Amino acid sequence: MTLLKVENLTKKFGGLTAVEDVSFEVKPGEVYTLIGPNGAGKTTIFNMISVIYPPTSGRVIFNDHELHHVSPDRVVSYGVGRTFQNIELFEHATVLQNLLIGRHAHAKTNWFAEMLFLPSVKKRELEHREQVEKVIDFLDLQAVRESLVAGLPYGVRKVVELARALCTQPKLLLLDEPSSGLNVEETDDMAFWIQDIKNELGITVLMVEHDMTLVSRVSDRVLALNYGRKLAEGTPAEVQAHPEVIAAYLGQ
Amino acid sequence: MRFIFKTRYEQDLQIFRHRVSAGWYAALLVLLLAAPFVIPDYYRSQFVFIFIYGVCGFGLMLLSGFTGQISMGHAAFLAVGAYTETILQAKGIPFVVSAPVAIVLSSITGVIIGLPALRLTGIYLAIATLAFGSIVEEILARWESLTGGNSGLTVPGVKLVMNKLDGEIEFYYLCLACVIGAGFVVFNLLRSPTGRAFIAIRDSEVSAQSMGVNLSAYKTLSFALSAGLTGLAGTLYAHQIKFISPEQFTLAVSIEFLMMIVIGGMGSLHGAIFGSIFVISLPEFIGGIKDYLPQAVAEQTGLKSTIFGVIMILFVLFEPLGLYGRWIKIRTYFSMFPLYKKGMFQRQKAYQKSERMR
Repeated sequence: MTLLKVENLTKKFGGLTAVEDVSFEVKPGEVYTLIGPNGAGKTTIFNMISVIYPPTSGRVIFNDHELHHVSPDRVVSYGVGRTFQNIELFEHATVLQNLLIGRHAHAKTNWFAEMLFLPSVKKRELEHREQVEKVIDFLDLQAVRESLVAGLPYGVRKVVELARALCTQPKLLLLDEPSSGLNVEETDDMAFWIQDIKNELGITVLMVEHDMTLVSRVSDRVLALNYGRKLAEGTPAEVQAHPEVIAAYLGQ
Repeated sequence: MRFIFKTRYEQDLQIFRHRVSAGWYAALLVLLLAAPFVIPDYYRSQFVFIFIYGVCGFGLMLLSGFTGQISMGHAAFLAVGAYTETILQAKGIPFVVSAPVAIVLSSITGVIIGLPALRLTGIYLAIATLAFGSIVEEILARWESLTGGNSGLTVPGVKLVMNKLDGEIEFYYLCLACVIGAGFVVFNLLRSPTGRAFIAIRDSEVSAQSMGVNLSAYKTLSFALSAGLTGLAGTLYAHQIKFISPEQFTLAVSIEFLMMIVIGGMGSLHGAIFGSIFVISLPEFIGGIKDYLPQAVAEQTGLKSTIFGVIMILFVLFEPLGLYGRWIKIRTYFSMFPLYKKGMFQRQKAYQKSERMR
């Protein structure tokens, strides 16, 4: 039983091989983490799963769909939500608007009806709003609901981005370095939320992370990468003890 | 200071945030409805220009202010609207038919120019639209059998449904209705998924895409809607100036439109109207102060554009949100009196984005 299956994935940028022949499987309901030194190809794998880049070769199979044949804006409607390493929020919009954009994949848009704001449009808007409010309650964002993202501190933006990804109602959530730039307490909160997302919402999480405390706290399985190749796979403890992983981080 | 206590989600979907604000808009509407009977003819025609530029401002604001796609060829859409209207009205087709045709034709031109926009961003898009504007201007000058070439066309009086509108006052009301309608339509779009998708594209294309926004479809739609609104402005513009020729739709006009929305305030609907008031009343203002200037300055040919340029630079430097930003500050000052603090709108320095994928 697998939710996401990555098969022999390779990505070359010109002469540079960013990812080489990486395969792994993510089971439903687990937290799967990619670790590795800078430039190991973690984010590139993320971008191939969310089809921002097409893979040079290999396949990404999600829920029996071949994702690499899907156009980038359709991926989310298959149930893959994501956050970005450097926050990519809509800065000049309020938190609420940002989260409502997260509902876009579920919005049936008809610009003509929307121009007149017919009752059907209003009804759907209220439905989206209720879904968004659930996420706001889940992540305790009530206080910043009306604030512009441009004025929010970094830690809050990180949570807003997580919230926006949850608003897409994903089956698989891709988190690109959820703790980068957060202080110790905020990282703690993030760990709780990732566990809640897994346990309460039943969403499978695939993440890239450097903070090993967070990794060992929340991950069920870990995959270590270096120079685009797979080094080791297993539980956090197994991977941390793996000689090649130690060599990659600390040198021989 | 007013605190709005929200108890229902519908409250966030209302047009007016509270009753008092609805009251102000109603008062403004009453004033505008009464105005043509009170003010002199000359100022009434200036009001008509403000309405027409306002419609156009809404169109360009939707594209540049909300979707983030710059256009330096909007005069072309104005021209398509104006020429379609003139030619159809000359054939005796009433406004209720000719205006929709003009809107559709402009929208189609908008889609055509929107196609390169799918690949181009920023300055490159500006150049592509600029070239497009010149092409349309050239076509208008050369296609003499249809457009009368450089000798232009005389625009007949407006025939709304069956009969010609007799007076200028009726035309004033027609323009007022159009600007309110345009504002209503754009406002509605912005509180629905389509408008939010536009804003998403403006702020971050890569994350808009990963939220399920089809970039090319929405950019094309934005171009089409923007061009359609500008086409509507064109139909009214033709009737207002009564004689059209390619010289009225030059690059200078496109730039004037851009300045209008920048000075008015990018990304706000109020800004479109403030900008059009500014653009129409500045020449009046300059005419007024000319008598007090030294003669050598007052008779310079480029006086208007120089003053325009200086004001533009000052706005970009000190008030990037334009007249709308100023308006918000003044309003906050009064609503919080005497608690307003100088640093209240101090802009925070945003940290660098290092890995923008665009």
